Amino acid sequence: MKRPLIEVTNLRFSYGDGRAALKGVDFRLDEGECVALLGPNGSGKTTFVAHLNGLLQGEGAIEVCGMPVARRNLAAIRRKIGIVFQDSESQLFMPTVLEDVAFGPLQRGLSREQAVDRAMAALKTVGMEDAAGRAPYHLSAGEQKRVAIAGVLATEPEILALDEPTTFLDPPGQRALAELLLALPQAKIVVTHNIPFALALCSRAVFFEGGLVSAEGSVADVVRRFAWQFDLKAAQSRG
Amino acid sequence: MHHIVLDRWSRGGTAFHQLDPRAKIVPLLVLLIALATAQRGLAAFSCAALALIVAALLTARIPIAAAFARAAIVLPFTLVFALTCWLSGDLARGEAMAVKSYVSALAVLTVVATTPLPSLLRGLELLRIPSFLLTVTQFVYRYLFVISEEGQHMSKAAAARGAAERHWFSPSAFRAAAGALGVLFARSYGRAAGIHDAMLARGFHGHIHTLSRLRFRARDAAFASAVSLAVVALRLALERIA
Repeated sequence: MKRPLIEVTNLRFSYGDGRAALKGVDFRLDEGECVALLGPNGSGKTTFVAHLNGLLQGEGAIEVCGMPVARRNLAAIRRKIGIVFQDSESQLFMPTVLEDVAFGPLQRGLSREQAVDRAMAALKTVGMEDAAGRAPYHLSAGEQKRVAIAGVLATEPEILALDEPTTFLDPPGQRALAELLLALPQAKIVVTHNIPFALALCSRAVFFEGGLVSAEGSVADVVRRFAWQFDLKAAQSRG
Repeated sequence: MHHIVLDRWSRGGTAFHQLDPRAKIVPLLVLLIALATAQRGLAAFSCAALALIVAALLTARIPIAAAFARAAIVLPFTLVFALTCWLSGDLARGEAMAVKSYVSALAVLTVVATTPLPSLLRGLELLRIPSFLLTVTQFVYRYLFVISEEGQHMSKAAAARGAAERHWFSPSAFRAAAGALGVLFARSYGRAAGIHDAMLARGFHGHIHTLSRLRFRARDAAFASAVSLAVVALRLALERIA
């Protein structure tokens, strides 16, 4: 039996305005697994991911690699789980690509030489080693996404969580990203509306609806069950 | 997206850019102190300081007129105080305040425009400036880009919906601009929170470590000493002549 990397039990969270975003979510991610989080906008997927490394803190229990997500464990948990945010432009905050990718390793106490080695290795993995000296804001959306992934890979996490990774990417860019992610050994959580992308990458899907997990199973089964949500024709015939 | 021009200038490759940040910061501090405490011979000393600054800008190939225009950002603040002094009958104090603040701003701008911010902050850190202050400075600088980018996005969106057709000085244009300013800051706050989350997720815990490694060489020491001594000598000589 595979080791569970993430175990979430009865997670509940409300924003400051009183809006309940998560109403009791249970979730599990095993070693080497890739799970797609599907569901309509506002269903709680991104809020859920922000709980996994303690950016948001709700009620309920979350364990990452055997450690409860609590203030005392946050530094260790953030080493275990790397989050690639939807808006890559916000994720890249240092003046050059190399400095940005080396940010995580430096924060974790590595020497400059080690941090540069890690950063260059991560940039090579995503095929962006030639951009090391460039300013992040001069990159295309696809390149920014790759650099954002490299920034997370440089911290050598056990788990990758990607929020809408195909946003702003053209079809060749989406295909290249899927190939890149398939080649990475980490367990993955992929928040997406992109069904072909989820089918190519993930073995399991969890469907969020109104702050709850309303279904889970293989990606194909979940997509079939909620076809009207994904397919305009199906939605029209239902309407 | 047009990015903040100072950042572009700071990434030049001239000999002035290549100096260790500390070799620019120390003479800058000497100049600022000399200027702030100058009383007799202020006009002559200000002209001498301007000559030094222009020489630095020329060496660094920074557009002189553009730099002078950007330093004028301090004038709306200092002119209010200068005007208050003038109205209270002390014209000389008002003039001195305006001149000192403008020349000081130009001197600071010259250093900032010729030193990439991470190196500048690293230099300040090595000069024992509190790291909390430096972290705040780094955030403020990063968020200037955020506000600039959000402003450009909103400006494009407004232009696409016919904003440019409205007369600039019409009441409705002012109302729209005031509303847009509020939205700009709210959006910028949202982006800034996203950046902070991204930093936390990658291990940020209050102190930014950078790759920049500074080396204070003989030429840096020579430059810092020569300029600092020149500033002090000029100040003393001009004060004596006055």
